[in-house]
Amino acid sequence: MPSMTEAVPLPWVLTLAGALFCIGLFGALSRRNTVGILLGIELMLNAVNINLVAFWRYLEPNVVAGQTFALFVITVAAAEAAIGLAMIIAIYRARQTVNADEVDSLRG
Amino acid sequence: MNTLITILFLVFAVFILVAAIMTVTVKNIVHAALWLISSFFGVGALYLLMEAEFLGVVQVLIYVGAVSILILFAIMLTRDLEGSQNRQLTPRWWIALIVPAALFGILIVPTVMTHAWQLPPLPAGQPPTISGAQQIGTAFIREYLLPFEVAAILLLVAMIGAIVVAFEEREQRRRVLTLAEQVRLRRQQQQQVATLPEPAVSTVQPSEATGSET
Repeated sequence: MPSMTEAVPLPWVLTLAGALFCIGLFGALSRRNTVGILLGIELMLNAVNINLVAFWRYLEPNVVAGQTFALFVITVAAAEAAIGLAMIIAIYRARQTVNADEVDSLRG
Repeated sequence: MNTLITILFLVFAVFILVAAIMTVTVKNIVHAALWLISSFFGVGALYLLMEAEFLGVVQVLIYVGAVSILILFAIMLTRDLEGSQNRQLTPRWWIALIVPAALFGILIVPTVMTHAWQLPPLPAGQPPTISGAQQIGTAFIREYLLPFEVAAILLLVAMIGAIVVAFEEREQRRRVLTLAEQVRLRRQQQQQVATLPEPAVSTVQPSEATGSET
């Protein structure tokens, strides 16, 4: 029974996850739209999950800890998305903008 | 068979990365959300390839099903009138490009490639035991019971928090313009801009016109 552990070396998967994380980081840093920033954060969380699943599959496939951790990350990401988007809607209601540059009440 | 898996992995990897790059670079934020959804699909396929089938299903259910719908709703509720003509990237976006590129090129790739991963030796005869959905379920009601309950409370708190943050009192609620009203408003503004030298005429006429129409 062929499996991914024989066909694909672990560093490839980790490099893919690292690239995805960096793309998400770029999106979170460079977008002006607040929703765009949240999209970047979701990409970063996905990259972390790929890493967790890869380590689980390659190092300890008979222990459930890796998959459980990934499930908790997904749970927290869903909660974060709900709260973040609710905040964006509240900000839009108060200021009629979703631009991160224009929401600067705390600027000194 | 191994080559097939390698090719599948490369196809999924290219798909995920292209979708992710489109997510962070396209101008239209709705298109960005759609690219993000396809990236989620690619990650789910990668989970399936890594024989984490429960996580693959969860990925499609939660990310593709729930989070993307939330994001699309938020985009539609917060759309500004100019839309995609706006500049989408910050003026100093090249700094934002340098930081992740340096992180990837200097830190991640050398570390991952040079580290000696102590992989367990592949068993020759019998296939390795892979924990599936059944083992995850058992773990959730045994050793991970407390984190499971904490996650449940976290979701409840997040739900209440989202409702409280986004709630709007009925008295304060602004009337949402219909599409026809929006178009009329925009045309009115354009007329005002066009006939700027004589503001007295241009400001009175459109409001009278709209008043008589409604």
